[in-house]
Amino acid sequence: MSETKFAVNGATLVADRSGALWWPDERVLVVADLHLEKGSSFARTGQLLPPYDSRATLSRLNLAVTRFEPKTIICLGDNFHDREGPDRLDAESKGMIALLQRKRRLVWIEGNHDAAAAVVLGGESAPEIEVGPLVFRHEPHQGRAKGELAGHLHPVAIAVTRARHLRRRCFVSDGERCVLPAFGAYTGGLDVFDPAFAPLFPESFQAFLIGRDRVYPFAHSSLAAE
Amino acid sequence: MTSDMVSLATIDEPTNAALPPLFAAWFASRGWSPRPFQLALVEAGAKGQSVLLTAPTGGGKTLAGFLPSLIELSGAEAAPSTASRSPSPAKAVEEKEGGYVNPVIARLKAKAAARPRGVHTLYLSPLKALAVDIARNLDAPAREMQLPVKIETRTGDTSVHRRQRQRHSPPDLLLTTPEQLALLLATGDAQRMFGNLRCVILDELHALAPSKRGDLLSLDLARLSVIAPGHRRVGLSATVDDPDPLRRFLVPQARGENRMALHIRGAPGATPNVSVLASDEDVPWAGHMARHALIDILQQIKSAKTALVFVNTRMQAEFIFQQLWSINDENLPIALHHGSLSPEQRRKVEAAMATGTLRAVVCTSTLDLGIDWGAVDLVINVGAPKGASRIAQRIGRSNHRMNEPSRALLVPANRFEVLECEAARDALMHGELDGEKPRHGALDVLAQHVLGMAVSSPFDADALYGEVISASPYRNLPRADFDKVLDYVATGGYALRAYERYAKLKQTPEGLWRIANPRIAQRYRLNAGTIVEVPMLKVRVVRNYRGPRATYTGRVLGQVEEWFLQQLTQGDTFLFAGQILRFEGIVETDAIVTPGPPGNPKIPSFEGGKFPLSTFLARRVREMIADSKRWQFLPEQVKEWLAIQRLRSLLPRADQMLVETFPRGSRHYLVCYPFDGRLCHQSLGMLLTRRLERIGAKPLGFVASEYSLALWALRPMYHLDMNKLFDEDMLGDDLDAWLAESALLKRSFRQCAVIAGLIEKRHPAEEKSGRQVTFSSDLIYDVLRSHQPDHILLQAAYEDAAAFALDINRLGDLLRRIKGNIVLKRLDRVSPLAVPALLDIGKVPVGMEANEYLLAEASEDLIAEAMKVD
Repeated sequence: MSETKFAVNGATLVADRSGALWWPDERVLVVADLHLEKGSSFARTGQLLPPYDSRATLSRLNLAVTRFEPKTIICLGDNFHDREGPDRLDAESKGMIALLQRKRRLVWIEGNHDAAAAVVLGGESAPEIEVGPLVFRHEPHQGRAKGELAGHLHPVAIAVTRARHLRRRCFVSDGERCVLPAFGAYTGGLDVFDPAFAPLFPESFQAFLIGRDRVYPFAHSSLAAE
Repeated sequence: MTSDMVSLATIDEPTNAALPPLFAAWFASRGWSPRPFQLALVEAGAKGQSVLLTAPTGGGKTLAGFLPSLIELSGAEAAPSTASRSPSPAKAVEEKEGGYVNPVIARLKAKAAARPRGVHTLYLSPLKALAVDIARNLDAPAREMQLPVKIETRTGDTSVHRRQRQRHSPPDLLLTTPEQLALLLATGDAQRMFGNLRCVILDELHALAPSKRGDLLSLDLARLSVIAPGHRRVGLSATVDDPDPLRRFLVPQARGENRMALHIRGAPGATPNVSVLASDEDVPWAGHMARHALIDILQQIKSAKTALVFVNTRMQAEFIFQQLWSINDENLPIALHHGSLSPEQRRKVEAAMATGTLRAVVCTSTLDLGIDWGAVDLVINVGAPKGASRIAQRIGRSNHRMNEPSRALLVPANRFEVLECEAARDALMHGELDGEKPRHGALDVLAQHVLGMAVSSPFDADALYGEVISASPYRNLPRADFDKVLDYVATGGYALRAYERYAKLKQTPEGLWRIANPRIAQRYRLNAGTIVEVPMLKVRVVRNYRGPRATYTGRVLGQVEEWFLQQLTQGDTFLFAGQILRFEGIVETDAIVTPGPPGNPKIPSFEGGKFPLSTFLARRVREMIADSKRWQFLPEQVKEWLAIQRLRSLLPRADQMLVETFPRGSRHYLVCYPFDGRLCHQSLGMLLTRRLERIGAKPLGFVASEYSLALWALRPMYHLDMNKLFDEDMLGDDLDAWLAESALLKRSFRQCAVIAGLIEKRHPAEEKSGRQVTFSSDLIYDVLRSHQPDHILLQAAYEDAAAFALDINRLGDLLRRIKGNIVLKRLDRVSPLAVPALLDIGKVPVGMEANEYLLAEASEDLIAEAMKVD
């Protein structure tokens, strides 16, 4: 299966079909917006969504980790859907997170939904970190931000195909910065033509759409607005 | 329930009953005499019997349903029959001796005042417009006979003030819809409103019962039986092939017994005058638009006072309407009516129709049911009739005066449809109708009902189970399934018991189930009902398009499915509301369009219609093809087509299925002709493709029509063992593997999840758009399927998909039927019968399963690969 590569501020990155971003040179695996315990967050208000979302999200992350064997995992914030999330996480999921940290560094970037996950689950925690030419933070800075990898916006894009429009989660990048898709099992999306993206990519961008078998690159001109 | 509700008898219009004098006088004042079936209903009503009345549309069917209630409310006694339930024998005698009017009225008023409070008769209609119309029609007899009866409707449009008043001071006759009834039953007022209920009238029962709405209705009736034991029910229905399921629907069931309501048949009415259009033009090989027949259709409209032109899809409606106007030299007033038009626009057409100012209305099934328009004297059905019952219902929309025959013209759009129209005409001449598929009550609907019952008052699980299985769709529901549904409602029904503390239902110390907090009741009310809309966008016409960021204020023409609009790109033209529109873009929840240029619009998609060809009609078509003696009514071209097929290939016997193979271009084709409807053929196509892939035939694609299935592959297929290829075992693993991935199953899951309350239709604060529902339900489906594949909602979704979206039951019947009866014909070129299928290739939308391929094709990689120079 062919890999879909692109460069951000000189670093070569791989957009993985799991929704994670792989930086082979530094052996860093990046995921955004896990939104763990979103199911139970809804359950608290009476909507009893299946309580398996944290497990589903963590097993997918675990699969990606097994494939790439990173030295560092960076979670770009909104790691839990709400502040009490870490307390509701069941023992099995906690075990999975503990397993992820064996022999490697786990960094929790703090997002707007997060309490300090590291306190309960181990690992480091930081508002943002820099590694070489890249900076990792939750919410993209307004205006230019060279080398920024961020989440928060949950990008999705609509591909125009011969038969119909197809809406998929995607990575968005203009070569200077990249916004990652949400990795969490129940996370919805925001169209890349939403005004929220405009100040981040003033000229043009490429979207990397996550298909069933692989990731497909599209120029912004071949996408449809929602 | 009283034992006289349990009856196996069918009566054909007994005449030994009579109307009370007041009513007889009223009938006489109108110049009417009561019809025998009306009298039969009066008699049954007096005995407290539940009845199913089947009669052709019109002819006083609705009045018949209400007569016993009006008589009872008037205080008069009905037929002087021995079994009549008179409150006191003395009064019955007095009634017999009396018969003069004035003292009666005086006595009635006194009696009505003494009647216990609450709704006396509850009328339920599938359409709220119909409920409003019937209420208006009842006003005349009530007023003219000075009956002390309060008649009111309750629909989504009823004011809050009026709803409240109805709960505290209910009318005698309440006319409403099943959804409103469900909401009323989930309040603490249900006992007060319905405690003295005497009668429930169910209109258009044949349309309502075999659906999820019918499931919910059956459960609500079961609850009414608890609140008001002994009330009787009247089902009003079009003529049906097998009335027994409807008769069962009307009465509480008990295990081991076959309880049915009394069946009263109205006079069948005159045999309809049905013909199939014999156009001078060439009959097309394929297509559904009947372009060739437009001049004939216009001629027919001219020959009639008022015509209804029925079509099967909205696209056809738009197309025929536009084409008719393009040749409408005399400017005949011809209107358009379909479900996507804005309500105001539809009301306008309906009003014009009622006043007789229109000559024709081009319409979809939105006018299959509903308000009577006496003036219609011709029904034209364009396209495939699909089923004998369906066409009978449509034809019944003309000539509501009982003794005149309805006049109808069937217009086939292609050669196979000629056969289908002929088969339908033949069936109508012989008064034969399709059988209805048996169905089980849906589990998602049950979940909604269980929550509703908890909202009304705490319940005992054993008692509620007993109540549920008294409803005929649920009469065989295993207790284990009921318990799973209850567990789902309470805590989500998950194997991982994570939500005990967030449970929606909790048990009281006495073991009764109650809602955990009042918010749950509020949510239930906002999400009740079984009609889940597909995501729709408003079509807004503007003069100039100023980009996606602008705000638009143009006129809204109606609503269109989001999936349809997503296929369009800016500049595409399409027909809607009888106009050519140019698609500009989607802005929030509006599709912004500008007036399109004159000329031919692009119609980018044809939806084949929701109704598959009925099993009954399919069999008749097969029989007709097999027997050349029955070709006499067919047009010459069609006869010739069949004759050449017999010469070049063969015409199978009615019990056989023909399979043809031939090469064409660089491909090898396999075409089979089961005549079992597009849905069933599509499922067959999916499963055969998997199988052909496995045996190395390298299949490339397939196209399914109502009549045939054509597959093509890189390798020849004539040497394959057809009995093995079409073996029933494809319904095992292959089916499961394919279904799990299927977009259809995800769509069914979304429906079930909304009905069962897992996903909310609406939030108290804001309406959630269909778009958001679609997105999150797919994610939930994926997670649930991998972590708890036996969850009750997945079971419900699978049952729905198998029954409706995929027609798996019918595919099973097909595979059993053709076992050992497949005739294979190896040809060196395409046969006449195969031509329509091959012409469809490329016109039929690419299946959802091809999404991954489409993405790959559209992505930049393909271009990169092609442009690679190293």
